[in-house]
Amino acid sequence: MKKEIGIIFIALAMISLLTGMFFGTVSALQFVFPGFLNDFPFVKVRPLHVSLVIAWIFLSAIGGIYYYLPKYCGVKLFSDKLPRIHFWIFVITGLLILICYVMGKFGGREYWEFPPILSVPIFVSWILFGINYFKSVFKKAGQWPVYLWMWATGIVFFFITFSEAHLWLLPYFRENLIRDLTIQWKAYGALVGSWNMLVYGTALFVMTRVKGDETAAHSKLAFLMYFLGFANLLFGWAHHIYIVPSALWIRIFAYFMSMTELLILGKIIWNWRKSLDEAKKDFHILSYRFIVSADFWVFLNLSLAVIISVPAINVFTHGTHITVAHAMGSTIGINSMILLASCFFLIKDITQYEFSGMEAKSIKIGFWIFNFFLMVFWVCLLVAGAEKGAMVMEDKLAFQQIMANINPILIVFAFSGIGLFIGLLMVVLPALKAIFSYLKK
Amino acid sequence: MLVVFNILYSSLVYTIGTDNTKGESFYTENAKRGQLLYQKYNCTACHQLYGLGGYMGPDLTNVMAKGEPYTKVFLQYGTQRMPNFHMQEDEINSLIAFLKYADKTGTSPIKHFDVNRDGTITPK
Ligand code: HEC
Repeated sequence: MKKEIGIIFIALAMISLLTGMFFGTVSALQFVFPGFLNDFPFVKVRPLHVSLVIAWIFLSAIGGIYYYLPKYCGVKLFSDKLPRIHFWIFVITGLLILICYVMGKFGGREYWEFPPILSVPIFVSWILFGINYFKSVFKKAGQWPVYLWMWATGIVFFFITFSEAHLWLLPYFRENLIRDLTIQWKAYGALVGSWNMLVYGTALFVMTRVKGDETAAHSKLAFLMYFLGFANLLFGWAHHIYIVPSALWIRIFAYFMSMTELLILGKIIWNWRKSLDEAKKDFHILSYRFIVSADFWVFLNLSLAVIISVPAINVFTHGTHITVAHAMGSTIGINSMILLASCFFLIKDITQYEFSGMEAKSIKIGFWIFNFFLMVFWVCLLVAGAEKGAMVMEDKLAFQQIMANINPILIVFAFSGIGLFIGLLMVVLPALKAIFSYLKK
Repeated sequence: MLVVFNILYSSLVYTIGTDNTKGESFYTENAKRGQLLYQKYNCTACHQLYGLGGYMGPDLTNVMAKGEPYTKVFLQYGTQRMPNFHMQEDEINSLIAFLKYADKTGTSPIKHFDVNRDGTITPK
């Protein structure tokens, strides 16, 4: 029997997640204990962490889309071969990137720190994905549910922003530091916006499936959220760069755009309350739990995002660990929770695997450990960031003294990272077991 | 509509919105090389320019204000936290030239400013 390609993507995604989190904990320890594992320095560990966890987000979102389209969206995949080619390009490029990092061969920019030539196969694989997606969904009659729009937008905009992130290769863009940095962070803001499209689309998909009712994916509110997210993807990036001295209107525009997130916040809370009394939750209890906790993190993170997007506050928080809290809270708390919900939905659907009592318990306890330590982790970053921001502004202490002052709280942070990793292992290992027992069949 | 607006907006951002000429004369051939070396050695893993980058080390936008000899020491020897990259003398000089250019483009972090009533700020 030919195995579902979607679940193969998910397996790779989960392996990337675990290795990425492993490097994350190592880098956190290196951050607070100078000299720890000096033979494999921070400068290599950090990009390993970043690239592997980004790979998790993309692979799991893509795996879901490849499976959901033919199974649930009433469209036959244009090609069954392209996803397999896509997968192998991903594996080979990924391995080459990891090798570059391990050998200390950099040359790119933050997030894409590998030599830029390796971006070529990423472009190619994305074109294959795009062709397959659009050739498939364009055949679908009738109105598209919102998630099909979100996925489409995510795919197109990943392509655009990934190109934009490489504009520095052209001298016109590189040879003016302000332009260079503005565009780099414009691209990165939109990059995050584009993967959010993939992830939020996945969230809406899973929610409608768990509920067994499509109306939510056709509702006005869902489309309003889509348009706001879209606008934010296009224009909200500039909240990253208040302090780059680019033109004032770029910054003011960004300010208003990030405030529109308030509206989404309202919508999410409203939804969250409503979803609490769902009866169908028992059948998809794992997916349900992860979505509910994603909602909780949405609330926390949006509140934080709105606060730090006020420029007068942003000067304090920018360049501190509060920014890291913002990033970790949304990538782990929101994105990863949603994607795990999707993974469990898909695994249950494809493998029909029944978790044993032990495994179910491991997932349940792991889920709570994961959330608990994520909270500790997040709060530590906020506290460390606030302290650092205040001390930098006061301008009395040297950098080393400031860092020494926040080191104790960062040590708690680093250990909560280990807790986070353990919780995740407890959740993901049984899932991987389910996948591999299916693949072996 | 949104898409057209975005194209328009992007092209403004690419051109007049970032038409910074401050420090232009410091963007020498040497500084150009330094910019690429900054990427080659992945300084961004630990350092920021305008607050963007990793947080293990300090923001380097205006480090040159502390003087060239000061900066050079770090590049030559590293510290307990910062690795010694065993760079050639000319690589160090290129990096210094790049940082000199960065210093001239603006200030980061902004430590002295007034808060306006709408929540925006005006640097002093
Ligand atoms: C592994 C992290 C790391 C990497 C990579 C790194 N640095 Fe550093 N750097 C530091 C830390 C940390 C400090 C602060 C001194 C300390 O605490 O040891 C520092 C200090 C400096 C300083 C002095 C800044 C000041 O204001 O006192 C300069 C200049 C500098 N680094 C330049 C560079 C350049 C250029 C590169 C790339 C070739 C680089 N660093 C790569 C961690 C790093």
